[in-house]
Parts: sequence; C-alpha cells; structure tokens
Amino acid sequence: MKTLVWVEHDGSAVKDATLAVVTAASKLGEVHLLVAGSGVDAVAKEAAQIAGVGKVHVADNAAFDHNLPENVAPLVAELMASHDAFVAPATTTGKNIAPRVAALLDVMQISEILSVEGPNTFTRPIYAGNAIATVESSDAKLVLTVRGTAFEKAATSGGSGTIEAVSTGSDAGISSFVGAEIAKSERPELTSAKIIVSGGRALGSSEKYEEVIVPLADKLNAALGASRAAVDAGYVPNDYQVGQTGKIVAPEVYFAIGISGAIQHLAGMKDSKTIVAINKDEDAPIFQVADFGLVADLFSAVPELTGKI
Amino acid sequence: MKILVPVKRVLDYNVKPRVKADGTGVDLANVKMSMNPFDEIAVEEAIRLKEKGVATEIVAVSVGPQKAQETLRTALAMGADRAILVQTDDEVEPLAIAKILKAIADAETPGLVILGKQAIDGDNNQTGQMLAALTGWAQGTFASAVNVEGDHVSVTREVDGGLETVKLKLPAIVTTDLRLNEPRYASLPNIMKAKSKPLDTKTPADYGVDTTPRVKTVKVSEPPVRSAGVKVADVDELVAKLKAMGVHS
Repeated sequence: MKTLVWVEHDGSAVKDATLAVVTAASKLGEVHLLVAGSGVDAVAKEAAQIAGVGKVHVADNAAFDHNLPENVAPLVAELMASHDAFVAPATTTGKNIAPRVAALLDVMQISEILSVEGPNTFTRPIYAGNAIATVESSDAKLVLTVRGTAFEKAATSGGSGTIEAVSTGSDAGISSFVGAEIAKSERPELTSAKIIVSGGRALGSSEKYEEVIVPLADKLNAALGASRAAVDAGYVPNDYQVGQTGKIVAPEVYFAIGISGAIQHLAGMKDSKTIVAINKDEDAPIFQVADFGLVADLFSAVPELTGKI
Repeated sequence: MKILVPVKRVLDYNVKPRVKADGTGVDLANVKMSMNPFDEIAVEEAIRLKEKGVATEIVAVSVGPQKAQETLRTALAMGADRAILVQTDDEVEPLAIAKILKAIADAETPGLVILGKQAIDGDNNQTGQMLAALTGWAQGTFASAVNVEGDHVSVTREVDGGLETVKLKLPAIVTTDLRLNEPRYASLPNIMKAKSKPLDTKTPADYGVDTTPRVKTVKVSEPPVRSAGVKVADVDELVAKLKAMGVHS
C-alpha cells in the first residue's frame, strides 16, 4: 500500500505532529510525504530525513500557504490517484483538510485513529473517549487522521527520501487568509512537551495561576495547561485547554493542580505516562487516575514543591 | 439570505455513555437524548445573524429517526423558521449526510450553512468539510467569530496555538466551536409557537442518496482503565518520587 502523509509545517520546519503520522502510515505500507506551500525547500529537505520515508512530493505554490483547504484538497485528491491512503495528523489543520479530501474521493474518512489493526481496520475513540470503536473500511482508498499521542514519533534522521516537485495547483479564488494570532512562547508546545503543569478552577484567578503554576513550569521547563473550567473562568487563554474539546496530550509527566478531574479533562490527559495530582479534596476523581496524589492546599504545597524540586 | 442549519439528535451531554455488554455500541435505550451541543451553537449563530438583519430565513435540517423531530422542534423554538426531517432509522455516516445536505443546499440555495464542528457521539468532525467539498464552497471550520460583510464572510477559527481569520466568498460553510456564542433557551411561548411551524418529512431516497455504510463497526469496547497510584504524605515525599524518576529542575 502506498500512503501519502500530510506534512504539517510552519514554512521553515516540520512540525512534530507529522512524526507520529509517519509511524502510523508505515504500519500500512510505503510512506510518501506531501509538503505544500511556497518556499518550502528547507521543509522538504528536513522531511526527507525522517526515518522510513520514500518519496517527498513538494508542491511549491503560494496557493497552498496557510493550508487553505479549498486549494489544498484538490491537490491531495489528484495525488491520491497514485496512492492508496491519505494520512494526516488530527490537528486543526489535518481535521480541516482531510474530510474535504475524503469527500472529493467519495471515501468515508476514519477520524483520529488510535491503532492500526489491519490493512483497513483501525481503533478510534467515540463519545469523548468513553468508548473505543474498532472499525473496518470497505472503501477502495483510505483517508485517515491520526491521534498523535497514540503513536511513537518517527526518528527525524536516518531517512533518505527522494524529493519530487509537483507542478499542479491553483488558487480556487473563494477563500483567503487574513491573519493569525498565535501565542508566541519560549516554552515547549503543549502537545509535544515532556512535562506539563496544568491548573484548574481551584486557583481562583489569573493572578494566582501566574503566581502558583507558572513558577513550577518555569523550573521544570514545562508547558502550561489548564482545565476547561479555568479557561472558561478566564484565568488563561483557550489554547491552554487540555481535554476532549481542547488539546489531547500525553507527556512523560502531567501535573494536575487544583483540577477535580472531570471526564472532559481526563479524556485529554489520561494517556500521560505519569500523572501527579495536587488537590485539597481527597475525593476528587483526579486521584483515581493519578500515579502520585497529594491531598493538600495547592497555595502552600505548590510553592513548596517549586522550591524543593 | 437564507441559512441552513443541520442538527443532530445525540445522547445528552450530561449522560455518561455506557458500552453495551455485547460490544455492538453504546446503550441508547431509555436515556436522555438532546440536540448536539455544537449544533445548538450553530442554531444560535443563525438566529443572531437573522436578528442583525443579515439572514432572512433559517431552515433547520436533521437526518435521523422520527424522534429527531423533537430536535428540530427545539431548533424551531429557539428561532428557526422551518424544518426538514430526512427520516431514516439507519445509522447514516457523515459522507452520506453531506450528500443529503448537498441536495438540500441545491434546492434551498442558502447563503450560509452553519453546522456543529462535530457531533459528540461519533466525534467524526467531517460533515461540514465534506459538504464544502461536494458543493465546491469555501469552509470556515471551528469558528469562534462569524461576520458577514457583503458577498463575503470573515470567520475567526480556533486553531492549534491560537486563532486564525479567513475570508470566504459566499455561499460558504461554517462549523462552530465552543466559544462562538452561548445558545439561548427557548421560552415557553416560543416552544408553543414552534409546534405550528412547518416541518417537512423526507427520506434519503427522495434525494437519491444511498446511505449504505462504508465503514463497519466491528466492536465497541470500554477504554482501558487507568488505576490509581499512591497518595504521598507531603511535598517532600512527592519530591523524592519525582527525583527518582529523573524529574527535577
């Protein structure tokens, strides 16, 4: 089987989300990549180094900048004439593009796969992860999105993919990119961080989040996260949100501080290797999934932890 | 401008899904069903556009069993003008739903179709994008702001790491994210009024759409359970445990 993997990039480098997709695709067969955008030579070269990669299709065209699905989906659909599966990360970019590709190909997409069970059989979460479905496609081609935390990341070196230019592509003329407000930070990205420190509603204010959560994250070079309750209360911006409707994360260590552990939140972090919970309510559901639980007042325990770690 | 709002009847947001013992799915017998929360946001956004004078008519559509009428009545009570039920007892996949909606869009010629970004049962997150592909229209997914400006709509999208704004030519497809708005509750007088609003019943065959599933569910199981670890007595013990794992500054 020949797979075509969507390479997520920022114009200059391959994003981490791509690496888990390469691993998932390699379980199906040969891995080809697609790099789309203008001036993406450096990205293509970097992508060709990823272990296990065969061909790298490069579509160098300004119409593909900002991943506008109206322009990108026809390109992918055309390349799919010589591939059997389109595999994209279940990021906001992948989720935006893949279904548009699937409908152009008259294929029913399988979203957010957790495992590859066979050439056309996969597992995926339904009902916010409260159930896992094993599904089998009967379509001639596959369109899949991949939950990044469910697969190991492919190595970023050791590959020797051949780069091939794709000349097709045009602007459909029905959509344009206006602008973006992307939070800039020196911190590791939430979805790829080794350690995440998350705060919940028990913090009570954005000032307390700054005062209690941020110093611990600084000390551990960790990413910052939050529960939906903390986001809805306005303590932090919504891109901090970990949970079914926010980011799905699986770091080495996840600190849940003042987070009760609603199903919504657990769905987003329960695959973390080690979960540390600090909460003064000893009956909080978060303790049912925590490897290390500390029943304590977070306002004294967390600064003490920050001082001693 | 007419706005089309597809809605789905799903297991209520507050009900914990239980996997059936025979592994064929989630138990939906005798449990509370409601409108998919993201679809409520879609209905609300359409009503706000009508209140602003941008939209003139709101048509709610549902593909599902006879009971999906209740979901459509909820949309009508919130403020939609009329409804279409495409009735079927079969499970219909996003691709087939998108095909039905495409046929309805051809007949109704809306300026906007506003849908929830995903239904909270299947979590597919596909129908809006698929409908955009089939109609050839532009798509603004995961919207947190929608502004119609002449023959375009500007959509602010919730993307990984922040927000992004795109400008789309109308007609266009918008899918809603959680923070787009706070849906209103239907008032009692409006619930009464909704009973007399028009509701057409059709079938997938009326639109020439084959709803035979492409993807077979082999089984549905409970997710792996994570067991609780240990409680530590104090911060010092926690620090020791973390340091033993190599976690320190």
